[in-house]
Amino acid sequence: MTEQEVKDIVIAIINDIAPDEDTSNLDGAVRLREQLDLDSMDFLDIVMELRKRYKVEVPEDEYMQLATLDGCVSYLKPKLEAAAA
Amino acid sequence: MGSSSHFDVAIIGAGMSGLAAGIRLAHFGKKVCILERHSVWGGLNSFYKKGGHHFDTGLHAMTNWLEPGYRGPRVPLQRIYRQLRLSPELFQLEKQGHSQVIFGDVRLRFENGLERLASEIAREFPAEVDGFLRLAGDLEGYPEANQDVPFESTRDRLEGYIKEPLLREMLLAPLLWYGSAHEDDVDFEQFQILFNSIYREGFCRPREGVKTIIFALVRRYAETGGELRRNTGVSRLLVRDGVVTAIELDDGAVVTASQVLSSAGLVETMRLRSDQPKDAVREHEGQLAFTEAIHVLKRPMRELGFDAAITFYNRGPRFTWRSPEDRLVDLDSSVICVPDNFAHESPLAEHRLRVTHLAHNQRWFSLGAEEYEAEKARMVGASMSVTAGVAGDFRPHVTYTDAFTPRTVTKYTGHINGAIYGSPHKQKTGRTDLGNLFVIGTDQGMLGIVGAMLSGVAVANTVGSG
Repeated sequence: MTEQEVKDIVIAIINDIAPDEDTSNLDGAVRLREQLDLDSMDFLDIVMELRKRYKVEVPEDEYMQLATLDGCVSYLKPKLEAAAA
Repeated sequence: MGSSSHFDVAIIGAGMSGLAAGIRLAHFGKKVCILERHSVWGGLNSFYKKGGHHFDTGLHAMTNWLEPGYRGPRVPLQRIYRQLRLSPELFQLEKQGHSQVIFGDVRLRFENGLERLASEIAREFPAEVDGFLRLAGDLEGYPEANQDVPFESTRDRLEGYIKEPLLREMLLAPLLWYGSAHEDDVDFEQFQILFNSIYREGFCRPREGVKTIIFALVRRYAETGGELRRNTGVSRLLVRDGVVTAIELDDGAVVTASQVLSSAGLVETMRLRSDQPKDAVREHEGQLAFTEAIHVLKRPMRELGFDAAITFYNRGPRFTWRSPEDRLVDLDSSVICVPDNFAHESPLAEHRLRVTHLAHNQRWFSLGAEEYEAEKARMVGASMSVTAGVAGDFRPHVTYTDAFTPRTVTKYTGHINGAIYGSPHKQKTGRTDLGNLFVIGTDQGMLGIVGAMLSGVAVANTVGSG
């Protein structure tokens, strides 16, 4: 799985849970909450979708790993690969 | 299919709260089934066709107008769009121009946002404007949802801000009309929600009526894969060892579910339970009931010089928010709704005027069939002449009139006493004494379309993440 594929998965989920946000020009190094209007409930939804769609579990004390798009990629890539294997 | 199906969650009622809860639970990956007795969705906020005209059962206005491009602390309608994953355009909301409160010969107009109301108060009650602004400041933001806090009288609290009794009454009237199941008062926490929903954020309306909202929810629910059975009433909840073990349907079939969410109403739900008497929790029955006359007009009210979206009218200085004691209907106060006055882009296909009055529920229920029809016609006539005095004489332009009474409400929604706003005893956490039975909708706390959807979302979040 490439880094771009992981990014696309996360962005597809954000597009579904926040259809009114523009995700076309996100900076991978900047916190998502600074670029999009997302609150903690929205992050719960991202985690919920990762579990539902890819059987990936994100424990509550690791939510901060998802703060930036780059963070999502490095944290989720091994998990998504393990779940797909 | 078949007579025994099992679901993670069964929801009683395909109204605003049931549909919202269903969507949200499906997001959590739950297998959900909504059971609706009626052939149409919507519950208290539904629609019908009569005399060749399409009518909404209840909708006057929606609260919590969200200005496009709004950025700031999360407000209710934003939470709904997010949590239900709906795009805001789906609701086709148009905001009001202005609404008004008329008490005798004193009038206060208000728009969305507090500026207009504050300037009207400065004109009519110059000494009170500082108190009003202090009140508005203290009421900013929303109390945390789902918390069980005891009832606190708004009338008592308001005296600390506003000295003039008439102004207190005038500020209270719209909020009681659109959000209090409690006679003569409203819980202060509820008042805060209503103040922000109605005055700060304000009124709007889906252009084509409530159908737009319902269809958006039904479509979204279908997309999530949830099941919805219409013409499927729940007749009994079988209870054993502190849980609902099975749901018996009107046709005798049985459905089972790990969790049950009921939008039937708190008292109504208790009475569905096999472990409760048929008259359980009488003390919690709602009493506030209404009649409404809905007129179809040849000309929009604006052409008669009446341009307020919603008018809260009261004949004198003191507002009575209770079931009228010695009459079928209380004509001293009313809410006058003009859908045309929300539509600024282009005129609506049909012109309407909706007029609501407080009604005595049991007096309406005890009438014989013929008497009932006669009294209903009499109510419409009397309501028309009072309204003509407030809004201008629209009577020559009426082409069709339909009306509802407390009896109509009970017949189509099952809510006892025709009490649209349900029990004054709200179940703010949604929990009941049974571990797997939850209350959603009107009796969970918040009223109105936005309140009902938020209720479904909040309880679904509790149930779904557990």
